Amino acid sequence: MKVQLQHIAHARSGDKSDTSNIAVFAFEPEFYPLLKQQLTAEKFKAFYAGAIRGEVIRYEVDNIEAMNFVCHGALGGGVSRSLCLDNYGKALSAAVLGFEIDVPDALLPKLHGQALMKKSIKS
Amino acid sequence: MKKIIRIGAGAAWWGDRVEPAQLNAEKGQLDYLCFETMAEATVSAAQVRARRDPSFEGYDTYLDDRMKAVLPACMKQGTKIISNQGWINPDAAAQRIVHWLQHFGYKGVKVASVNGSLITDKVLSMTDKILENGLPTSSLSPNLISAEVYLGAEPIALALKEGAQIVVTGRVADPSIFMAPMMHEFGWDPLDAKRLGQGMGIGHLLECGAQVTGGYFSDPGFKDVPEPWNFGFPIAEVESDGSATLSKVAGTGGAINLQTVKEQMLYEVHDPANYLTPDVVVDFTTARLEQVGPDRVRVSEIGGKLRPPTLKVSIGCTEGFIGEDMFFYAGPGALRRAELAKKILTERFRIVGLEAEEIRIDFLGLNAIHGAATPANAPEPYEIAVRVAARTKTREQAIKVGREVDGMAVSGIGHTGKRVPHADRTREVIGVWSSLVPREKVPATVRYFES
Repeated sequence: MKVQLQHIAHARSGDKSDTSNIAVFAFEPEFYPLLKQQLTAEKFKAFYAGAIRGEVIRYEVDNIEAMNFVCHGALGGGVSRSLCLDNYGKALSAAVLGFEIDVPDALLPKLHGQALMKKSIKS
Repeated sequence: MKKIIRIGAGAAWWGDRVEPAQLNAEKGQLDYLCFETMAEATVSAAQVRARRDPSFEGYDTYLDDRMKAVLPACMKQGTKIISNQGWINPDAAAQRIVHWLQHFGYKGVKVASVNGSLITDKVLSMTDKILENGLPTSSLSPNLISAEVYLGAEPIALALKEGAQIVVTGRVADPSIFMAPMMHEFGWDPLDAKRLGQGMGIGHLLECGAQVTGGYFSDPGFKDVPEPWNFGFPIAEVESDGSATLSKVAGTGGAINLQTVKEQMLYEVHDPANYLTPDVVVDFTTARLEQVGPDRVRVSEIGGKLRPPTLKVSIGCTEGFIGEDMFFYAGPGALRRAELAKKILTERFRIVGLEAEEIRIDFLGLNAIHGAATPANAPEPYEIAVRVAARTKTREQAIKVGREVDGMAVSGIGHTGKRVPHADRTREVIGVWSSLVPREKVPATVRYFES
């Protein structure tokens, strides 16, 4: 079943100059291989469409079941030059929570935020 | 008995809350309380302000608030303080701290200032290329405001060795502020990459304060934490090899768990195996995290590699101005009215000849934050703020943005909500560039003051 990423992972973004790093963390160890397989650097960049203008590099951090997406050209030329209201890109990490992930039925009981499932699945 | 030192966070940025710092000072049983108060553009902004405002002392504008809150408890309990509140004038900050020590009646307390990070006069001869674009740093000379090197933990550790109870610095790499006491207390060699790597990793987990104790974290229904209005700042109980257990004062809100620690571990990190700092290259990919109790996470096995031969330089330059303003729509059809407003403004900017490097007209409530990444099927909001911003070479051009938004009041379209402007709607842009300098060219100096 396809579910939004927010049910299997959490995320945080950080800023350095014109680069935003958006790290994605599996809620459960079983979810980590799904993230690795389905959330590639290419798909990540495509999902953020025009918001990330440069290269996206994906680092796998197996010991904490996380991936770090280093997104160049994501902060409007740099925090101080950006015309975006969220010039640090602090809320940028929230977009990926809506990325759709295919989760095998056996893992569905482990999804987080079950009470909010219906609202977040696109019809 | 195994020696453990307790290092607590007192601030994660200039605007951070003061009460959790006081709580850490009073109830954290700390050996060290550390403050991080600088952002990337802090030094440049302080230089600009110092030029215009002779009464500006050049240090953290909340220095008085912070020191008044923590000095009594720290002095009573023998807690040492390390802080980068010195900004562009660590000596003046140290003298101000001496003033507060005397005010509270603490005599003979040694306060150290660490100088040497400011290299504005020398930067063009010391550096070669701009890291972001490969151009020579000399190309920045017409607009240069300031340049500062990110110093490491060594001068702070030296000051502690010389008996300083409070050390105040200018620009120092954020995690180094927290790692310096470990170096001093455990006698680590500056080239001991293994221990420094572990210690610096802990410093990185502490430098953003509440971001590891449940701040910038909770999300209802997915990641809930208790009392998110009452966060405690973190405390690291550090062992002699740099391994540490993160904790916080009992009774505070928030949480320390594997999720909060993981999120902070990768915060502002690029390659997790090679996190560059002035003291050591940190490797987070070997780290081991264990929940060892409620709101207690032990962090060990962070790796370290020998520090780089160069230090990072941050160069601030004037780069023009930003003009911005916003106005509002609500009710059925808010979006169609906002879209017409955008069209009107676009035409108006053409008519008045706005010369801008970039113009952005967003619909706050729909696409102002995620911009082009907003899903095409995002629902139409009931309320929208039309937010307009342009980056220009001159202030005269930037002023046009607000003036054209003014025109939307009576010369705009139906149902337009708008404020009468009370504040300047332009601001100066200070662009920040980076370069590298050989570390031996930038010696730090330490001065001592006494109350």
